[in-house]
Amino acid sequence: MSLTFDTVTLRFGAAEVVGGASFSVAPGEFVSIVGPTGCGKSTLLNLAAGLIAPSSGQVLVGGQPLTGLNRRAGYLFQGESLMPWRTARDNVAAGPEFAGASRAAAAAAAQTWLARVGLAGHGEKYPHQMSGGMRKRTQLAQTLVLDPPILLMDEPFSALDVQTRQLMENELLAIWQADMGRSGRKSVLFITHDLEEAISLSDRVIVLSAGPATRPIAEFAIDLPRPRDVAEIRLTPAFRAMEERIWAVLRDEVLKAYRAGAAA
Amino acid sequence: MIGVWRTGLAVVLLGLWYAGTETAVLSPLFFGHPLKIFAVIGEWFASGDIWRHLAITITETLLAFASGTISGVVAGLWLGLSPRTQAVLDPFIKAANAMPRVILAPIFAMWFGLGIASKVALGFTLVFFIVFFNVLQGVREVPPVVLNAARMLGASPRQLVRQVYLPAALSWVFSSLHVSVGMAFVGAVVAEYLGSYAGVGYLILQAEGMFDVDTVFAGIIVLTGCALVLDGAVSLAETRLLVWQPRADAARES
Repeated sequence: MSLTFDTVTLRFGAAEVVGGASFSVAPGEFVSIVGPTGCGKSTLLNLAAGLIAPSSGQVLVGGQPLTGLNRRAGYLFQGESLMPWRTARDNVAAGPEFAGASRAAAAAAAQTWLARVGLAGHGEKYPHQMSGGMRKRTQLAQTLVLDPPILLMDEPFSALDVQTRQLMENELLAIWQADMGRSGRKSVLFITHDLEEAISLSDRVIVLSAGPATRPIAEFAIDLPRPRDVAEIRLTPAFRAMEERIWAVLRDEVLKAYRAGAAA
Repeated sequence: MIGVWRTGLAVVLLGLWYAGTETAVLSPLFFGHPLKIFAVIGEWFASGDIWRHLAITITETLLAFASGTISGVVAGLWLGLSPRTQAVLDPFIKAANAMPRVILAPIFAMWFGLGIASKVALGFTLVFFIVFFNVLQGVREVPPVVLNAARMLGASPRQLVRQVYLPAALSWVFSSLHVSVGMAFVGAVVAEYLGSYAGVGYLILQAEGMFDVDTVFAGIIVLTGCALVLDGAVSLAETRLLVWQPRADAARES
């Protein structure tokens, strides 16, 4: 399912956070958004999720203007979003339960997805008993069990150590490629400040300007072959060339953000 | 080793008390006599008289605890989720909480008589505010990311209350169980002491009227034992209810 931003602007009082952003994610496409720290990347995702409404412009989901929460989207949050009082299985079962599934059906669906993210034997654990990587897997299963046609991901792996992170990136790609939901492969909008992560995962990378009034200023098609191994693909000359091209654009914005931060 | 020191300290304190009253350095009229006190307790349990009074005090405690907790949770959720109502009621709640509520005991005795109801009422006013403020805090401190995640997973407003706000608030209630059970007990005993015809507080009141200090101390010791048992029961319940919360020793594992 497609996701389109049509000249979306967001103001908080006098401050313009997002300034006329237009871009779109095609059905089944994996798009990453990179930008300097604090430019409003997460805000874009919250707009796509319908957690915030734009001040002007609109977000289109499958061609229809979005009002209220985006029911077609699953959201993988950056922070600890699991319910700490539920076990891993009950956390994954939460979505189906909210939708009215019986406890048994929800638990069965949860168990299937726990197995798919490699946590088959850990369903009884509470979030505090799991490692950061396991909690991220649980969050992923919790989102995917509902089979949303659109997946919104907000720097989901930024808190993980490098090794766990690359494992999770590979698993995400494998699950995403294998997971043909009701409406085909999921469209992914992935936010990160890590350019290497963006290139190795995506079909397309969009670069945001430094804030305030952030908006896309460039986009790059990543025509690297799939399936990919995120650790190996980083060593290829094509990847390096792509990284240099994108960094040439991104660097200026990072510097702007850095100077604005240093001046403030 | 610590156990030895503890036992030693208890023996020394009791010994000093005993020696003090034996030699009349401490007046037995005011300080009682350890052996006589234990004789009173022994007789209470031997004759079985004490059970009736203890049962009444504990019933009052449990009723006050249950009613105070349930109302505190409901009121806390309600006001926590409607900031307008909370803003309107805030000064009234602050005033009611600031009031030394033990002083309501005579009023409750007039309203509800000298039976169990007036004791439950006093315990209720003590428990309610502890639970209420904890639930209010719990509702306010639900992490926004957990809330947004539940919304994105399709939770309706009703489901948010039942599946997110309530469990988050209950964790605060559970962590204040020791205090609220203790307060329910205090409310029951104090109300008994201020006017009643049964309960351990009543035994103390009677003995005091006859200047029978040994029985007063015996009552205090039975109450203390009872409070310790209640506290132990709360600790047991706590480990079951808060299994999902990280403990200091478990946190290191992850």
